[in-house]
Amino acid sequence: MSAIPADAIPRLARGVKLREDAARGRWVVLAPERMFVPDEIALEVLRLLDGARSLDAVVEELAARFAAPREEIAADVAELLADLAARGIVTT
Amino acid sequence: MTPIDPPLGLLAELTHRCPLRCPYCSNPLELSRAAAELDTETWARVFREAAALGVLQLHLSGGEPTVRRDLPDLVRHAEQAGLYTNLITSGVMTDAARFDALMQAGLDHVQLSVQDAEEASADRIGGYAGGHARKLAFAALARAAGLPLTLNAVVHRQNLDRLPALIDLALDLGAQRLEVAHVQYYGWALANRDALLPSLAQLQAATATVEAARARLRGRLVIDYVVPDYHAKRPKACMGGWGRMVLAVSPAGRILPCHAAESLPGLTFPNVRDTSLREAWERAEAFTRFRGTAWMPEPCRSCDRREQDWGGCRCQAFALTGDAAATDPACALSPHHALLDLAVAEAAEAGEAFTYREIGRAPARA
Ligand code: SF4
Ligand code: SF4
Repeated sequence: MSAIPADAIPRLARGVKLREDAARGRWVVLAPERMFVPDEIALEVLRLLDGARSLDAVVEELAARFAAPREEIAADVAELLADLAARGIVTT
Repeated sequence: MTPIDPPLGLLAELTHRCPLRCPYCSNPLELSRAAAELDTETWARVFREAAALGVLQLHLSGGEPTVRRDLPDLVRHAEQAGLYTNLITSGVMTDAARFDALMQAGLDHVQLSVQDAEEASADRIGGYAGGHARKLAFAALARAAGLPLTLNAVVHRQNLDRLPALIDLALDLGAQRLEVAHVQYYGWALANRDALLPSLAQLQAATATVEAARARLRGRLVIDYVVPDYHAKRPKACMGGWGRMVLAVSPAGRILPCHAAESLPGLTFPNVRDTSLREAWERAEAFTRFRGTAWMPEPCRSCDRREQDWGGCRCQAFALTGDAAATDPACALSPHHALLDLAVAEAAEAGEAFTYREIGRAPARA
């Protein structure tokens, strides 16, 4: 798993979509021949991947929103995104 | 009654028309003609109903879905309804302009079928000269556009030995996934079973090939592979269980628990022209008939795997035993399991000639 640089702009990979699943009261990530239900934290992060925000900006936003120490958030988000990238869900 | 979970997927069989003539085609023997097909507006409504019901993934299939001139419009309607769109195509009818129209419409993923890795054999199996070359051109369009591509290879005795070459082909074409699907023997495939059933030795070699390739290509290519029924001890959970995960709509609008279900006797299927998908899913007898476990005979009824494989495939049970409510003969616990070994032995003695799939040319039923 390689780390995503702080100034990179992570976004959903081609063919991957974040969708509200209203019938089941949740959000889902849809991808070719598969889908998964992100947990609360992953969902917060995925919703911030708008194709414009850098990893740094995502961390900034979350740190402000949750009034949490920046380093802690940065480490969690980096780990999460590296995992999603390894699974082909996120690219930079 | 407990509430029924909504379906995750809709298989939209837009047409039965197809320039190819694969002898294992999963379409019914009685193929619908163009005049019977649903129009654009009706499909658009079906997609909206599906999304409202809880469907997330839409599989646009056929026949050959690109035969429909309105396919880009259909993709757009599906996209607007919020569905994830997957096109299942033979790729032989889509030039660069048509491909571009599909991309503009918001297509999410394409699943391209190939009949073999070797051109002459591929064109013979598909019954369509020049088809293989066109498929390669289609894959190049998908790759250039960055559209995620799954290569789908239906395998059987006459192409299974080239599985390593099929895996190389998937890599060459830039596919992210390869689906190696063994033929399911009902409908056209049952009529061609003697020419298609692989031997046990062939199958074991194929399984070893897949396992080695999976290890070697981790992170580059995902390979989907399921051991076929005729050499298995337990059946597959067909469609993830009857009326549990997906529903299908036929070209003429019939709402089905499985694309092959029209072959089953004694079931009447509701039609989207007069019944909503929700009504069909939740209440139609065709859906409740084999849903869950209450309908099961022994040995399924008291088996601890009954909520894993749901008793297997109803269409295969009917095709082989004449009783749609029987335990799938693919199960070693079925009293009819010996039929499968018999079929394998018979096929080993048989020739390679096909009965090709053609509209209005249904073979006599066995
Ligand atoms: S299996 Fe072959 S004949 Fe049947 S719809 Fe697909 S490409 Fe056409
Ligand atoms: S007896 Fe029925 S439930 Fe049990 S494994 Fe066989 S098919 Fe599945």
